[in-house]
Order: sequence, then structure tokens, then C-alpha cells
Amino acid sequence: MTQSQSAYFLSDAQPPTRRHTLAVLVDNEPGVLARIAGMFSGRGYNIESLTVSETEHEKHVSRITIVTTGTEKTIEQIKTQLDRLVPVHRVVDLTVQGEALERELCLVKVRGKGDARVEALRLAGAFGARTLDATLNSFVFELTGTTEEVERFIRLMGVVGLVEVSRTGIAAMSRGAEGMLEAALPDGAQGR
Amino acid sequence: MSREMTGAEMVIQALIDQGVSTLFGYPGGAVLPIYDALFQQDSVKHVLVRHEQGAVHAAEGYARSSGKVGVVLVTSGPGATNAVTGLTDALLDSIPIVCFTGQVPTHLIGSDAFQEADTVGITRHCTKHNYLVKSIEDLPRVLHEAFYVAQNGRPGPVVIDIPKDIQFKSGKYEKPRDNQHKTYRPQIKGDLGKIKTAVEMIAKAKRPVFYTGGGVINSGPHAAALLRELVRATGYPITSTLMGLGAYPANDPQWLGMLGMHGTYEANLAMHGCDLMVNIGARFDDRITGRIDAFSPGSKKIHIDIDPSSINKNVKVDLGIVGDCAHVLEDMVRLWKDVAGEVDKPAQKAWWLQIDGWRARKSLAYRNATDVIKPQYALERLEALTQGRKRFITTEVGQHQMWAAQYLHFDEPNRWMTSGGLGTMGYGLPAAVGVQLAHPKDLVVCVAGEASVLMNMQEMSTAAQYRLPIKIFILNNEYMGMVRQWQELLHGGRYSESYSAALPDFVKLAEAYHAKGIRCDDPAKLDAAIMEMIDYPGPVIFDCLVAKEENCFPMIPSGKAHNEMILPDFEGDTGEIIDAKGKQLV
Repeated sequence: MTQSQSAYFLSDAQPPTRRHTLAVLVDNEPGVLARIAGMFSGRGYNIESLTVSETEHEKHVSRITIVTTGTEKTIEQIKTQLDRLVPVHRVVDLTVQGEALERELCLVKVRGKGDARVEALRLAGAFGARTLDATLNSFVFELTGTTEEVERFIRLMGVVGLVEVSRTGIAAMSRGAEGMLEAALPDGAQGR
Repeated sequence: MSREMTGAEMVIQALIDQGVSTLFGYPGGAVLPIYDALFQQDSVKHVLVRHEQGAVHAAEGYARSSGKVGVVLVTSGPGATNAVTGLTDALLDSIPIVCFTGQVPTHLIGSDAFQEADTVGITRHCTKHNYLVKSIEDLPRVLHEAFYVAQNGRPGPVVIDIPKDIQFKSGKYEKPRDNQHKTYRPQIKGDLGKIKTAVEMIAKAKRPVFYTGGGVINSGPHAAALLRELVRATGYPITSTLMGLGAYPANDPQWLGMLGMHGTYEANLAMHGCDLMVNIGARFDDRITGRIDAFSPGSKKIHIDIDPSSINKNVKVDLGIVGDCAHVLEDMVRLWKDVAGEVDKPAQKAWWLQIDGWRARKSLAYRNATDVIKPQYALERLEALTQGRKRFITTEVGQHQMWAAQYLHFDEPNRWMTSGGLGTMGYGLPAAVGVQLAHPKDLVVCVAGEASVLMNMQEMSTAAQYRLPIKIFILNNEYMGMVRQWQELLHGGRYSESYSAALPDFVKLAEAYHAKGIRCDDPAKLDAAIMEMIDYPGPVIFDCLVAKEENCFPMIPSGKAHNEMILPDFEGDTGEIIDAKGKQLV
């Protein structure tokens, strides 16, 4: 008999983890975010980033973008556990669908005089950040980009007088013509 | 068609429209308008419990024995928090419950008002879904939606929190519709291609075993009938979890008995040695799998479950089929006819020979005594003396529960009510109250331990009030028996706080509750005493004094695999069996 795929091997080695971005469509009703956040905390999963906003006002549907890290098995569990929540319509794993577009926006306040101030403005220009506010000794910049770009920008600002950071978390969408509801249903999904 | 009525009247009207005839509850300030509406009608019978936890367990017993939704009505604050254990129990065992909780008026919410608790916050994690109704316009929809959500897909408890001002407000009531939720549509039919693959895998297997669970019971009597048809058509062995007992008749030769931590030797070794496992409506719980990395190492696994998140959660399977058991079984029975001819008959015969060898080990044998009642003997006698009756059994939690599962035989579904997932001591007595209300003419026995039964003993008052002839059969060993057994196996026999000291006189306690008390400590007199209990037309507490330090075997010790069971004739030092790693497990 061939070795079954379902056997668990006697090994303490942890399987590799991977970062996934999930798009979740939910009814925008009271408590829905608490349900989702509670599912993650109650079952011991991580949330790296969470972005929520109502996207279809007439239908009261919100889109939640969650970035999480886990083994393949954990990610599968997260998706099915999300899908069984009653107000959840649809869970789409954008990472599985292909390389998704991911952007986040950050606001960065820096304070400084002289060379540091000039350097801050020059770096902001290099990153394509917008200057939203300026005083004689401070700037507030806005940068939209991938998480990596935002991280790099914030790190550099740290050297030239970083005071404060505010980030939105990730908004994500798949590439190409297909909408997320047109994608093939994952196995066992409720398809509603 | 819509009618103008108050929120409280809508609650009652919705119960009527949902076919509810019985609800379990306890009044309080925040539900007085609903109690007032109840007072003015005769369609719905209210059963007054003595503690809100008892209300939920009674509703669970009612639901599980009748296939209907169990309905609970409690007040705000402590009423709701007392219900939490029952709701969690119903969530883990997938029992359909609708629980109405009163709430302080909307303008007081968040002000730490008298008897205010964040009920939707507290019950979010122990319900399938919950609602706080803040407007009378939402109430009719939510009422019907709750019944829909509780019953459809994997069943579970649903809480509706209704502030007192909403109960007084007037609005338009709407009758229920078919699909009562705008988006929630669980998958009922299984994927036909996968079901076809499944029956082909069964036909090709040399040593398959069916492993079934509570999902078959939840799917209804039709599912149990189809399961019997399929299993008999294939000729292969079947075992079941604690929650699934009764779906397949225990008197059938293909039945291996229950599996898992206290399952039979043949069931567990069949699971360990099979080449194909067909899981129907069970969930690879840790009480079943034992050590997960040594769980049935050589088998392919098929898993049929209505809840997609159950598939590949604990054990990775080769074929997962999402769907309702009855629907999937119907397709399997039909498709089996096409592949039945491919069964390898010599392999099947060899598999049964191997299983018969394991059976010959007689893992449920025990050493009987003449001077003391062995708990196993007591249950064997209860089984023998109640055979042929329409009999419902509930249990508390512990050794007696496992012995009941081992020594009582269930030939029909919905006859066995026990707290499986949560393991709630105090479940059995109120559950028996609920079962008896659903089946007033039938025999309802709660197999109990002396420690567990005290946790909700106050419900004897409910039994007395409604003249419910429930029989509380206490296997009294003066210990929290399972705790004591684990202390013997894991903690050097240091019986820390597990002795049931200062027990009440159960006979006098029965009399105090207007019931009959019977005590027996002599094996020779046991039969007559059991018959006296059965024949008595009212509630009975039977104090069966049994051997104090009997262990519940067979047992898969913590951290061990199915093929490393402790059998009843184990003669060595039980303290040496479990290693350091196993001691950390529960």
C-alpha cells in the first residue's frame, strides 16, 4: 500500500508559515467586527493588519481586509472559520488567487531644523510622499505604497526627527478583470 | 400579512408560528412584559426551572430527544450569565437552541444599570449567533431569523437580547418566510463527484471502518435509517462517538461499540488498523483520536460534515465532503449499488476475523462481586430490566457517563442525551426534565454521579412541580470518580479534594423534593430495587451505593495512541502508565 497522505509523521518540525491577505465581505451589522476579531483571538490566530469600511452602502455590506500569517493548515482553518460566521458572505484568499495589489496609507509627522529638515523634505520627495502640513520646524507627510515602502519610509524618517505615525492597514484587490465574487468558490465554501 | 402588536406579543406569536409548544424559563424584571404576554395565552407552555443553567440544559434535552428547537427565556444580567454554561454546552454539542434574554431599556444600555450585563458581548463566543434588538422594526425578522440560524447548517444556540422598552413598543409583526436569512445558506447537498469517489474508495478498501458521530443524530431519524442501510449493504464494521450512539443499533453484529478514550478494544484497534476510515458527522475530537501523530497511521480518510471548518481541522483527510449527513448518505446508498460488486470478499472476511480476535479480548469484562455493587453491574442490570421499553437516558459527566455509554445499549437515535463536548457536570438532571416533557409517557432515566447531580439538584423542584416521573439513578461511589481515577493514574494516588464529603442523605433529599428515595447497596437486592424505581409513577432518586475505587476501563491514557489501551485486567502499577508528556494533557 502506498503511504497515505493523511498520516501524521512523528516530527516536531514546524511547517513553514506564510503571509496571506484575505478579503472578507460581511453584513455591516453591530458586532460584526467583534465577531471576526474574537474568532482570531479565541482560536489563537494572528492579525497583522485589519482594514474595514462599508463598501456597498445600500446593501450595508462591508469589506474587511485581513493580513495574517500561519501554516497552510492554519490559513485554511482561518478561512473556513470566518466563512461559518453567520454575517460573513464570502471569504477570498487574495494571496492564493495570485499576486494581489496591496496598498496602505501612512501619515508621518517629523520635527527638526536645519539639515535634518531639508533632508526630511528631500527623502519625502524621493518616495513620492505628499506634504500635507508644514510649519517652520515640522512636516506632516502622506505616503501611499506597499507595506515594505511604508516601512522603509518610516525607518528613514526616524533618523530625521520622526514624531508620530498613523497607518491605515492594508487595502487589497486582485489583478485582472475578474471581480472577487466571480472567482471560483473554495472547497466547502457556502457560496452565498 | 402583518398585524400590529407589542414586542412582547411578537415574541409569543413568533413562538406559535415556529411551532414551539414548550419553553423553559425564569422570570425577572427585564422580561416581565414577555411573561405578561405569556400569561394571556394558552398555546405555549412555560416550564419554570429553578436556575437558568437548568433552563438551557432542559431545553437541550427537549431538543435532542425530539428533534425540535429548544427554547429558553431568561432575564437580563444574572439570568443571562447563568445561561452561559448551557449555551456553551449547546454550542459544543451542536444543539439547536433559541434563548431570549431580557435587557435593560435601550436608553440605559451602557450605564451599568441594575441587572445590566453585556449579554451579546458575553455570549458572542458561546453561541452560533446572537442579536441585540434595538428597534421594534427589526424584531419580527430577528425572531424568525434566530430559529432559521439555530436549525440550519450545523445547529447551535442563538441568543436574542431584547431591551425592556422594545418589549413594550408596538410594531408590525410579520409571519416567517422560507429562507429566513438574507445570505446564510449552508451547503446541504454533497458534491456528487466526491460522493462517487467515496463509494469507490469503500468498495476498493480491504479494511474499512465507519466512524460516525452526533451529526447523524442531528441530521434526523432519516439519516440514521440511511446509515443503517449503507453499513449493512457494505457489510463493514461501524463504531461511533459518544454523541453518535443510537444512530446504529447496538445489538447489530456489525457494531463495534463506542470508540475513543473509553471505547472498546475492537473499535479502537479497528480505527488504528483500518486502511480506510469513513467519518460521517464526527469531528476527530481529541477524546477520539488520542495521540494525533499516531492516529490511524495507515489509513485513507473520508470526512463528511456539514461544517466546512471541521474538515482538516484536527486530522488531515484525503477526501472531505461538505453536506448534511442524510443528503450525502442518500447519494451514497444509491451510488453504492453500482460499485457493490467490486467488494473484495476474502479481504472483508479476513478483516472481520481480525476484528473478532480483538472482540474476544472482551474489553468490557469486569470482575463482579457479591458483597458490593459494581457500577458496571448496576448498569448492566438497568439495561436488562429496561430492555424493550421506549427508554431515554441522560447522564451527568464522569465515570458513570462512560460506563453508561459502554453498558447501556441504544438501538434508536435521540434516546441518549449527554454532555459530550463541554463535559458539563449538572447537565443530566435538567436534561431529563426536558426529555420527560417532550416524551411524557416514556421512561426517562438520568444516570448520575453523586457529585455531578448535586450541581443542579434544585431542578428536582421543577420535576416535582410538573409531576415529571424522571428517575435519577445515582452511581454513588463517594468520589468525583473520574477525577479520582486521574489522580490515581497521574498524581500518585494523592486524592486532592476529590472525595465527596458530607453528602446529603439522598433518600431524605428525594422526600424533601416530594419524590421517592430508594437506596441499595446489595447486588442481590438490586433488581427488585430497580424495578421499584421503574414502576413508581413519580420522580425517583435512586442512591445506588457502588464500589468506591473502581476505575473506568478500557482507557487510552493521555498522550497514547489507540493501540496502547489500558484494559480492565491490567495488573501492573497504574501510576506508571502515563509519561511526563502525557501528564500535561487533559
